[in-house]
Amino acid sequence: MEKQNFNIIGTRADGCDEKDKVLGNVVYAEDYIMPDTLYCKVFRSAKASAMIKKLNIDKAKALDGVSCVLTHEDVPNNESAKNVVGQTTEVGLLEAKQRILATDRVRYYGEPIVVVAAETPELARDALELIEIEYEELPGVFDPEEAMKPDAPKIHGDNNVIANWALRKGDVEKAFAESDVVVEAEYRTPRQEHAHMEPESGLAWVDDMGVINIRYSTQVVEHYRDVAAVLGIPESRVRTIGTIIGGGFGGKEDLTVEVFLALCSWNTKRPVKMAFSREEMGFGRQKRHPYVLRYKTGATKDGKLTAMQAELISDSGAYVMLSPWVLLYSTVHSTGPYFIPNVKVDAYSVLTNNIMTSAFRGFGGMQVAFAYESQMDALAIKLNMDPVELRKKNFFKRGDETANFQSIPSEVMLDEAVEKAVEALGPKSEPSGKNMRVGRGFACSWQSYGRMTYLHDTASSWVGLEMDGSAVVRCGIPDLGGGQRESIRAIAAELLGIPLDEVHVISTDSQVTPLAGTVTATRALFMSGNATKLAAENVREVILEKAADMLETAAEDLDIENKMVYSSRQTDKKVELVKVIRRCAAEGISIQSLDTYKAAFTDEIKTNVIKDPVYNDWTFGTQAVEVEVDTETGKVNVLKHVSVQDVGRAINIKRTEGQMEGGAAQGLGFALMEDYLEVDGVPITWNLTEYLVPTSKDIPDSNSIILESRSGKGPFGAKGIGEPSITAAAPAVANAIRDAVGIKVLHLPATPERVFWELQKKHQS
Amino acid sequence: MKKLPIELTINGRAHELLVSPKETLLNVLRERFHLTGAKYGCGIGECGACTVLLDGLPVLSCQLLAVMCNGKKVVTIEGLSPQEAAAHPMQDSFVEEGAVQCGFCTPGMVISATALVEEKSEPTTEDIKVALRGNLCRCTGYENIIRAVKTGARKMKEV
Repeated sequence: MEKQNFNIIGTRADGCDEKDKVLGNVVYAEDYIMPDTLYCKVFRSAKASAMIKKLNIDKAKALDGVSCVLTHEDVPNNESAKNVVGQTTEVGLLEAKQRILATDRVRYYGEPIVVVAAETPELARDALELIEIEYEELPGVFDPEEAMKPDAPKIHGDNNVIANWALRKGDVEKAFAESDVVVEAEYRTPRQEHAHMEPESGLAWVDDMGVINIRYSTQVVEHYRDVAAVLGIPESRVRTIGTIIGGGFGGKEDLTVEVFLALCSWNTKRPVKMAFSREEMGFGRQKRHPYVLRYKTGATKDGKLTAMQAELISDSGAYVMLSPWVLLYSTVHSTGPYFIPNVKVDAYSVLTNNIMTSAFRGFGGMQVAFAYESQMDALAIKLNMDPVELRKKNFFKRGDETANFQSIPSEVMLDEAVEKAVEALGPKSEPSGKNMRVGRGFACSWQSYGRMTYLHDTASSWVGLEMDGSAVVRCGIPDLGGGQRESIRAIAAELLGIPLDEVHVISTDSQVTPLAGTVTATRALFMSGNATKLAAENVREVILEKAADMLETAAEDLDIENKMVYSSRQTDKKVELVKVIRRCAAEGISIQSLDTYKAAFTDEIKTNVIKDPVYNDWTFGTQAVEVEVDTETGKVNVLKHVSVQDVGRAINIKRTEGQMEGGAAQGLGFALMEDYLEVDGVPITWNLTEYLVPTSKDIPDSNSIILESRSGKGPFGAKGIGEPSITAAAPAVANAIRDAVGIKVLHLPATPERVFWELQKKHQS
Repeated sequence: MKKLPIELTINGRAHELLVSPKETLLNVLRERFHLTGAKYGCGIGECGACTVLLDGLPVLSCQLLAVMCNGKKVVTIEGLSPQEAAAHPMQDSFVEEGAVQCGFCTPGMVISATALVEEKSEPTTEDIKVALRGNLCRCTGYENIIRAVKTGARKMKEV
């Protein structure tokens, strides 16, 4: 008896967490303090590739007020930290595993070498100054294509290529020969910084039962397992308590502060606190992978796609982290949301001495979207065909087979999405000056939600009613700011007929809340939403059965609303929820439930050619923009933006629109201004005056249009929207610039400088 | 280092305290008064998460030494509402318009927005964009924040 009529789901209801946030009441990771706390700081490499010839920590140790100075020798299992949690399959080459603290060699600028804890942050910083180090520089490699050459310096082991995935479908050679048109281009994408507003931060302490507690900002509460492995203690003696996260976007998915905090706290038996500085967030932490993408796409003169061939090369920096998975996403998503009969893709992730790269909203889906949607517009120009019509001839339909031979399990509403997006741009703007040109572009995308199916993803949640009819939900899902907790609060409140503010959600405590997995991969609503729905439905069923007894009617006719159980057939049959709860208690019937949702499970991928299903489902959408290009300076202004996404079902309309707008803003930053730059592995964009993110002045009027196919695998037919919201923004901008001034945008970000030089080239030719 | 005596009025209450010459206003608020609504986001005045009102004007509290604030009145997000029991209209508007996601920039954003409306009761979209350009938000794309400021301005008139 799935509930169908909703009072909370699909509305714009305010969330409880949001009210606490505007009042300044939320205690974020760095806001928490304990008596007798020490402050932790990390000493990091000032070379991108070097041997450590000498390391002397004696003076730092001797400084008054310094409690501990730890090197790799003090880390029980320095090499045992897994790069990726929660999976059953090893990723990448074992020898490229990350060390907690460098041993004899550093492989990127910013690699941690020593960790210090002292009475004040100032003293900790002073201690870092007293550490003496001598390096012997090693030849480094900073270009992934150089790093692929046989004689390139090796970062680890004997091969810098740490992942290789491929797609093979049909015969591309034959298909290109038979195509009426073929377009070919090489694209490049930047190294994007997450730039979440909250630095990585937290506090750790060893409690009176010998358990190490780490209260910190993380997307992965399951990192307690990594901490236990590093310290060499049972997992049951490490407790991670996740805070409300001040932004993450994938940046708080890998290990951040937890191991440093645990090491110092374990050694000193005192509370230890740390927060990365903004500069440290820049050079000490992973970014989005820069890609080189070489695409060749063919079509018939009628606009049917015939073949696609691509080579993808990603710079994975000095350690593996999540690079092989990101590359897998890129590979599967490289075709775009199109049925293409012949596909050949070869993808490589390559180690360099650059800063590490790993998860970032979009997870490999964004780089390929820039390429495949630029290719579609190039084809439309060559075919002299409307780019909307060209795409409509090729969109996947439900049940179509992807290039990894997986059937599309849900509705594909791209015809509607592209029509609405283009229409919603409205009348074309007039240029604001004589050197200005206005252009329009759009792009369509697909992006999976949920983890890869060979990881056998599960999520658990616990729902219990209290005697007064309020409810508690315990669910391990962290809240990344997208309102993940509010979604499960809404689901429980809806199914139990309770007001939102009477449902308390406890999230993200590894020893209190049932584990629900990570807040990554656009899986939070899908997985923890389904788990909470299962548990709440179990409780609902108990209540309805008991109420049916009490009212002498059938449970199927009953519903709960505003803490009243009532019959939809006979209006006089109703009973207060509290009375039913008391009856259950009197009879010893449990009104609590723990349940687990299991996603689709598939076998492990055994070959580098992907021939089997990898994902649960996809979200499809379109973004359209209008831009104005200053032909004198090359500056591009986005005047209007529209995003249309089929979210399956919007659990909360306001928060869904929030994801669509926020994702688009990050995508526009990626398109036009964001680039974390390094010269020979040394960062030159240290902070937010050099690494520019969009401000209120950079963002256009935006219109978010929600489509609801109700065909997704999430609760009530929902799909995911966190990552799909970002994917199509950059190619929409690139296509609009081409429309405005006739230049190809092959290299992101499309900075004024790049656009200016392309315009010069065009004038000369 | 020698500590210096200062007087600060914080959210309507007068305090006398000794501060070290290098202590910032943000440090004083967060560490001594546990007013953690103002955030450390960058420490160098780029992100706006530490914004508070100093004698009614929005300032970056990470860029001000506490000694420079001697004798002045500070209002933080915790003390923004004149009534203890109710939120400030600008705070309500941020919730209503979906202008809050992770919430880390929100206190600074609300303070800057309130200061703008105190100065200009009916701000245009451009006024709002200019007033908030020093407050970075990485979650929302600003669209709902701009709408929230307009709604907040209307509500502040009604009060």
